[in-house]
Amino acid sequence: MAPEKIPNVAPAEDLACESPAQAASADPSGPDMTTSRRDFMKAGGMLSVSSLLGVGSLITMSEDANAAVEWAEHFQGNYRLMTQQEKAEARARLERRYSAEYGKRVVVDGTEAQEGVLMGYALNIRKCIGCRRCVKACVAENNQSRGPRPGESIEWIQVLRMERGGFAEEKMNHGYPEGLGIQVGGNAYTPAGQVLEGQYYYEPELVPEKDATYMPIACMQCEKPPCVKVCPVRTTYREPDGVVVIDYNWCIGCRMCMGACPYWARRLNVANPVLPKEEMNPVTHYLGNRPRMRGVVEKCHWCMQRSRQGRYPACVEVCPVGARKFGNLLDPESEVSLILARKNVFRLKAEMNTFPKFFYFYD
Amino acid sequence: MNKLASFAPDYIRYVLKGSKQYYVWMGILALLSLIQLVAHYQQNTDGLIVTGMTSQIHDGLYFANLVFLVGVAAGAVTIVFPAYVHHNKAMHEVTVLGEMLAIASVVMVIIFVLLHMGRPDRLWHLIPYIGIFNFPNSVLGFDVVVLNVYLLLNIIGGFYFLYIRYSGGTINKKFYMPLIYISIVWALSIHTVTAFLISTLAARPMWFHSVMPIRFIVTAFAAGPCMIIIAFMIIRKNTKLWIQDEAINLLSLIVTWCLGIALFLTMSEVVVELYARTEHANGLYYLMFGLHGLTKLVPWFWGSLIAMVVAFVMFLNPNIRKNYKLLPIPCVLAFAGIWVEKGMGLVVPGFIPTPIGEVSEYYPSMLEILTSISVWAFGLFLVSVLWKGAIGILLGELKFGGAKPIGSAGSKKPAAYASK
Repeated sequence: MAPEKIPNVAPAEDLACESPAQAASADPSGPDMTTSRRDFMKAGGMLSVSSLLGVGSLITMSEDANAAVEWAEHFQGNYRLMTQQEKAEARARLERRYSAEYGKRVVVDGTEAQEGVLMGYALNIRKCIGCRRCVKACVAENNQSRGPRPGESIEWIQVLRMERGGFAEEKMNHGYPEGLGIQVGGNAYTPAGQVLEGQYYYEPELVPEKDATYMPIACMQCEKPPCVKVCPVRTTYREPDGVVVIDYNWCIGCRMCMGACPYWARRLNVANPVLPKEEMNPVTHYLGNRPRMRGVVEKCHWCMQRSRQGRYPACVEVCPVGARKFGNLLDPESEVSLILARKNVFRLKAEMNTFPKFFYFYD
Repeated sequence: MNKLASFAPDYIRYVLKGSKQYYVWMGILALLSLIQLVAHYQQNTDGLIVTGMTSQIHDGLYFANLVFLVGVAAGAVTIVFPAYVHHNKAMHEVTVLGEMLAIASVVMVIIFVLLHMGRPDRLWHLIPYIGIFNFPNSVLGFDVVVLNVYLLLNIIGGFYFLYIRYSGGTINKKFYMPLIYISIVWALSIHTVTAFLISTLAARPMWFHSVMPIRFIVTAFAAGPCMIIIAFMIIRKNTKLWIQDEAINLLSLIVTWCLGIALFLTMSEVVVELYARTEHANGLYYLMFGLHGLTKLVPWFWGSLIAMVVAFVMFLNPNIRKNYKLLPIPCVLAFAGIWVEKGMGLVVPGFIPTPIGEVSEYYPSMLEILTSISVWAFGLFLVSVLWKGAIGILLGELKFGGAKPIGSAGSKKPAAYASK
């Protein structure tokens, strides 16, 4: 059934699993892959009139297949409100478009949140060495744009480099106003322990640097997300397992969510995303890492295509020092729950009342 | 029914006629208006990368103009309010011009919204029933509603009045007066909600304070009338419609006090923010003095502040305020000052630094600048068309059953306009 309805898939299928680059980034082999492939077949079986129309135009307009599928995408509703069948159709449509566009079989998974799972994240700020492997792994896994022009290169994780700073004896009398007897304040310091005044475009030869500490920041998956509140079309919303997601096909690009986020977690696709075919990760989730389009907002979703299949997000997997921990907050034996129970944890900008499910801790 | 059918053709025919000057003016505006098509095309193929906006500073010149023009639209109420609440006769005669200005301003706002959006092709997602409308959570949703209703109120109110005058009927007060009173309150609401749009974003300390809505309203009621005063002077000079001194004097008095309150609020903000000088004051500090060596907006801030203070001092002096040769100077100064203060000077520093401490600057691209000029040109084109027709009807030159020359028998009212 699949080959006749999805003409682009069959020849491209062999390509998908054999590229070592993809195996490293997404690991499409193993049981997870078969599950999503089965879902995919089911989706194919549920194709209805609208997608048949799409296939029709694919055959007749094969030179411009993307345009035809994109045309159908224009008229789909908000993913959250679609019926199961509509969701399957939307995913099948995207699979066709992506497969044709990237020359390999692309899977758009639609696995829903599991009962009894509330995802949580904890980061050991004491251990982070600022290597930024998480940033790179995130980009490779999640199909971010990586073009040369400013704004075309998108990273969801920012690792802030913060000066250790300190106080100096020779400056202990440097107060202000200078030269007057009574000091209003002093200048004996260089910034120490200053949060959110760091910089993240650092390029040292070796990490960790002696005079710096590091603070990785990404989407906090807030329990009270201000970005969701301001969205005029409800394209961004909280999933039952706690992840704040975006339906890229419903986003109007108004950027209210970007203004509302206190963690600068959201990025705008200012251009048509630049994603080389060979670098594209074909294992995707509709609400996760599927390729985005111009003019929409995107952000971290804790690698939904992985975490919903019981795997760690790419950043957790790649972290060389084990600073990143991920798990089910409702399972008292999960790593995250144990950290919350035993370690000193804090949340960034707790005064914003956003209740992040991303915790910092130290040991 | 006959009258209704001939209203639009008569209106268009009247607007198409004019002096050579008029054709040159409209021709230039029409040409300038076309520039924006390039931006619409490029932004919807290449994306917003053709503008200077980034993920750090994602609202720019378009959003700044949008915010300012909502103010101009609301500012039109400075004509309607005295006319219908204080029964000011001079204003009463020209109320419809205020409504026409509001229509043109809201149309410009809508164009700027389309330019600002990343996906204007998905605008329908906002429309209830076919799309989703995040009610009552999204302030942007409220803003869309209040702006469109305001546009509608002014179109209905304005054109109902014009049509009645055109067809020679009498105004149905039971229909018209509620419309007027609603639109007065509505004018306040559009600017209040636009202020809430940014002042409810707790993540942006520069904007997150409760003085924003009242500051928006007083700056709107200063900038709007400034534009109207200049327009009235042009109308007095170039058309037969004589707008009374009393109307202009009242407007300049409104500007004086609104500008004064605006300056007072600016001062309050500066004192509160800079006395404690927390990290939350970084945005304002960037605007006033620069941050980490980046100072692009500093001259704009001080320039605008000086322009507003000078304008305020000039407005305070009745000898200048009532001298119509000098009056345009403070009007232009205040208008430009508020455009900077409330546009770029408010929108851009909200993003500097970003919530995680990055300091970067915003450089509008040439396309963005030209496009903004182009949208303004289109707005002026539109307001010229609307005002010309409205003035024609007020004068009685545009009337059902053929134009009657001014001052001729049977058109007493227009004659009254002309003689005063």
